[in-house]
Amino acid sequence: MADELGLTVLVAEDGAVDRLLLAQIVRRQGHEVFTAENGQQAVDVFKARRPELVLLDALMPVMDGFEAARQIKALAGETLVPIIFLTALNEEQALVRCLEAGGDDFLAKPYSAVILAAKIRAMDRLRRLQATVLDQRDQIARHHHHLLNEQRVAKAVFDKVTHSGCLDAPNIRFLQSPYALFNGDLMLAALTPSGDMRVLLGDFTGHGLPAAVGAMPLAEVFYGMTAKGYGMAQVLREMNAKLKRILPGDMFCCALLVNLSMQRGAVEVWNGGMPDGFLLSTGGKVLSALSSRHLPLGVLVAEQFDDQTEVWPLAPGERLLLMSDGVLETADDQERLFGEQRLRAVLADNRNPALLFDELLDALQRFGGRARDDVSLCDIRMLGAQLPQPMAMLPQDLGRCSAMDWSLSFDVRGESLRRFNPVPYLVQLLQEIHGLRSSAGTLYSVLSELYSNALEHGVLGLDSRLKCDAPGFADYYQERARRLQVIEEGYVRINLAVEPLAAGGRLKVEVRDSGEGFDVQQVLAQPLPEQGLSGRGMALVRRLSTVARWTEGGRCAHVEFIW
Amino acid sequence: MAVETDVSQDGKKLTIKIKGRFDFGKHQAFREAYERQPRRPDAVIVDLQEVTYLDSSALGMLLLLRDHAGGDEADVRVVHANCDVRKILAISNFDKLFDIS
Repeated sequence: MADELGLTVLVAEDGAVDRLLLAQIVRRQGHEVFTAENGQQAVDVFKARRPELVLLDALMPVMDGFEAARQIKALAGETLVPIIFLTALNEEQALVRCLEAGGDDFLAKPYSAVILAAKIRAMDRLRRLQATVLDQRDQIARHHHHLLNEQRVAKAVFDKVTHSGCLDAPNIRFLQSPYALFNGDLMLAALTPSGDMRVLLGDFTGHGLPAAVGAMPLAEVFYGMTAKGYGMAQVLREMNAKLKRILPGDMFCCALLVNLSMQRGAVEVWNGGMPDGFLLSTGGKVLSALSSRHLPLGVLVAEQFDDQTEVWPLAPGERLLLMSDGVLETADDQERLFGEQRLRAVLADNRNPALLFDELLDALQRFGGRARDDVSLCDIRMLGAQLPQPMAMLPQDLGRCSAMDWSLSFDVRGESLRRFNPVPYLVQLLQEIHGLRSSAGTLYSVLSELYSNALEHGVLGLDSRLKCDAPGFADYYQERARRLQVIEEGYVRINLAVEPLAAGGRLKVEVRDSGEGFDVQQVLAQPLPEQGLSGRGMALVRRLSTVARWTEGGRCAHVEFIW
Repeated sequence: MAVETDVSQDGKKLTIKIKGRFDFGKHQAFREAYERQPRRPDAVIVDLQEVTYLDSSALGMLLLLRDHAGGDEADVRVVHANCDVRKILAISNFDKLFDIS
């Protein structure tokens, strides 16, 4: 049993003899004693000396024991100050009154020293238990407060890193708890230089700080590389390699990455371990599920990582709905999960996809009633093609050494065509020219179109007419991936030449490929296919550049920019 | 015990049987199940017959086991997973790393 250190005990008893007798018994048992002659005195002594235990006569002049007990309990607050009523009363009703006034026990007169000692010990145990509980509660509250504060600060830092994103774009609607980060949930959105919108929904293993630490490096790779115009495959590879390197073996990040290209009217998808995302028609019909085809990020070493994406046509007004597993795993009070069937039912009942987001939230609310903080939901509406915006993430200071008279030739050959995309490097290089900086987005778009035309229609010999409908569209990209896999020869050659003019300068771009070429007159004579899925590339190039023409039987594209 | 182990007589095959929820709560027991074996078994069977639920930290634990058992050379089989559990394994495409039946 705990230490037998004496307590401070208040003895309140109006009878002088009884008071002396009781004080003596208690003192002999090793406690320090204060005395009071009536209820009012008892309350005053309690205020002054804060005794740890009170022996209180029920019937006293000035203020009786019941009222004194009430006041002492109120003064003691959360601290347990046991009150033992001393009473000659023996009718039931009076004893009940003692307990109702806040008494913890009673002792009948005449006093037995043995029973009194036992009761004081028992009350002391209760008192200590209460003190421990309160202390632990306060500690937990302090830790919790501390934790929330740390999370707030960490979230603020994280928001700074992700501030360059475009989650607030008018065509994106999302829901994420402010503490979702500490459940390992992550949502990032950014624009590529050519105006593609890229969104990543991620979910790290585990909860709390361990789940949150990987978010920062992942966000940095995502934003850094997207702003520079790297393709999905390159961004995915870098994110995977980085997480594989820094995370312990049992941690990884499920991720769904989408790239909406307004120019091409398509969405490119990579899903590793996230629940199905959904592609919805303007009428709210589920057109396709964006299912997980890969292991999560951070599991496989670089050599085994699969960056294969799927491409779907996406028309303006069509939507993507992405979600974390917190949606499916929302539980009701019987621990039943919301699950895929209920989700499918919500999707099936929907008539207007603009309302789906709210309908799903309503369904979760009705089902679970409890708000979870690991539900992440993101709704993205496809927009029509727009001209690229000026790049937002320009380096601030490149110095004054801007070369104005140079040229270079850049060949990508054979197997390098499988993965390497030279466009971001070339655009970076062209950023050295002051007069071209504000057109980085345009340059990026034009170079990307020319490069992918040269690669897909030239080197790989793919026919863009395949992309006439949705299934053909998917076939086209599957075929593209298949042909790239086995490519052994062929090249795309890019020549850049910069020369000064009186006021500004001129950039000449030539993109030549090893393919069969095409009937330039016939293709250029076609009306612009504004609604179709194919042939957007050349129209875009012609619209964005000062001069655009094709020579050598379609094997060489010439484009000029003058500023 | 919520995590039981059984080693074949020749010591070459280790079976780890998990019961109930397979989540972070089983972390310690699951690690011990393979780390305390005196020799590294040639094959590890993870029996999920009595697992009702599996979360992403369990997937992480399976990855640790795979590393421990030899990484890409490891022979780790996940058996008797029920429908819900299989779905979770399938979403994460763990069938690319483990022999799941």
